[in-house]
Amino acid sequence: MAKVLVFIDNPGQALKKSSLELLTIARSLGETAVAVNGALNDDVVAALGAQGATAVFRPSSEDLDAYLIGPKAAYLAGAVAASGATTVLLENSFDGKEIAARLGIKLGAGVITDVVGVEADGTAHKSVLAGSYTTTAKATTAVSVLTVKPNSVTPEPAAAAASPEVLTVDVPGSATAGAARITGRKDKPASGRPDLTEARIVVAGGRGVDGDFGPVEELADALGAAVGASRAATDAGWIGHDAQVGQTGKTVSPQLYISAGISGAIQQKAGMQTAKVIVAVNKDAESPVFEIADFGIIGDLFQVLPQATEEIKKRKG
Amino acid sequence: MKIIVLVKHVPDAQLDRHLSDEDNTTDRADSILSELDEYALEAALQLTEARGGAKAGNQVIALSMGPAGAVNAIKKSLQIGATEGVHLRDDALAGSDAAATSLALAAAVRHLGADSPVDLVLTGMASTDGETSLVPAQLAERLDLPQVTFASELEVDGGRVIARRDSDTHYDTVEATLPAVVSVTDQINEPRFPNFKGIIAAKRKTITTLTLAEIGVDPAQVGKAGSWTEVKTAAARPPRTAGTIITDEGDAGIKLVDFLAAQKLL
Repeated sequence: MAKVLVFIDNPGQALKKSSLELLTIARSLGETAVAVNGALNDDVVAALGAQGATAVFRPSSEDLDAYLIGPKAAYLAGAVAASGATTVLLENSFDGKEIAARLGIKLGAGVITDVVGVEADGTAHKSVLAGSYTTTAKATTAVSVLTVKPNSVTPEPAAAAASPEVLTVDVPGSATAGAARITGRKDKPASGRPDLTEARIVVAGGRGVDGDFGPVEELADALGAAVGASRAATDAGWIGHDAQVGQTGKTVSPQLYISAGISGAIQQKAGMQTAKVIVAVNKDAESPVFEIADFGIIGDLFQVLPQATEEIKKRKG
Repeated sequence: MKIIVLVKHVPDAQLDRHLSDEDNTTDRADSILSELDEYALEAALQLTEARGGAKAGNQVIALSMGPAGAVNAIKKSLQIGATEGVHLRDDALAGSDAAATSLALAAAVRHLGADSPVDLVLTGMASTDGETSLVPAQLAERLDLPQVTFASELEVDGGRVIARRDSDTHYDTVEATLPAVVSVTDQINEPRFPNFKGIIAAKRKTITTLTLAEIGVDPAQVGKAGSWTEVKTAAARPPRTAGTIITDEGDAGIKLVDFLAAQKLL
């Protein structure tokens, strides 16, 4: 049976939904082992067992978070060797893709990013050129490294739980010698909203919000959604750059994307193209966004959004 | 200071983009200098100008790998202010994935550092065609250099590079010794436009063409033969069709919620 290794960087107190998705895909490909970095608590080990993981690897070094990318890739290469995995799955974050990148060179393994589905033979499905094409790709090497986008599969529990063995992988001292060091860290204030790249629903505002994200944020909170923004809105300083969706920002593929005051120029469309359902609210009936919206409202977002928010609250009681 | 800036000739993202029918590679008609590479070029120019610019012997080398048309990305870089251009061009490179691309670029960087050492390799955060962000990290791995990626602020102090890097949950300060591979985001600066003087000056600047033989790369290591991934199928996504469009008559918010309820999205 093929062996699959899933990398989970700092699992924390409980497994994130995106990690459960990776584990669900891993089980469909073969016997699953997990490599973690950072603290590993017993509940997480149990949860990994419930997900069918037969082995959990930890690094011998506790300070990998003090460095950028390189040492984590070196650790993971050791975990691949120890597990005998022929497929490695990582999350599709910037860090996940770069760890995959360096791991690929270390192992002589093909790397495929932005994966939304994996077949049993390792063929990966992805969409390219801002969602205008869907492709299948496959590594031609003995080991393949895949980074998988969130919301690609519905997480499911394993048919049978396992009691994973916890094993340590030696990280050579040379792994950190020449690496870039993180010398300062400032936490960003937590918004309490779901992470934009993982959210099931995104409410995004553009130029049309004219400096006031209030109605966008209130609708997002009523729906339990993340808040996104077009580049025009982040460049204007109305909302942090973190919220930027689209070609130079984050790619999202939620179930529902509500676009408010966004005209839908090509680069903005790129940010919403892969959403399952698109709703658009815009004053300008000629906006290109209406060409791709499943439900379009020609109207003032400052009227429509608050009314929708009230109605959702009423129905949710 | 000697800085190599990687510049890529990519299909204009403002237009519809296509994969070719025969081999699933990107159709490069209507290509331009990747917008995200302009930030890397600007960062290089600011670093070298702060040290006396070209007159003081600082070099900003725009390096592009690609077919004949890629020279346009180099020419634009020279107009903006790069001091020289290098075009890595060889038919065997066509169809290279990130691994093969990073192999060829690493060899080109070593070649360019043979006479005098390179301090920095600067890149954009991703290409706007492949969008994988793999190449900067793979280049760092192949050159055995520290990588400082997604920098939104950048300074060089003595033999160190110091950058700010934003992630979803925090801002990091990252430090590495030179030489290093650095990728920058679109938040780092406001790229300048070429002006008339720059356009005239660019005509006198040198563009060197390099082949694989000159940088010591076996053609079998690059292109489709040297790639570790293969695109098997590509299909244009069916265009999204417009759904229901309504004009607000005072109750559009409620109709919106009705729609969400019908789609089971509440």
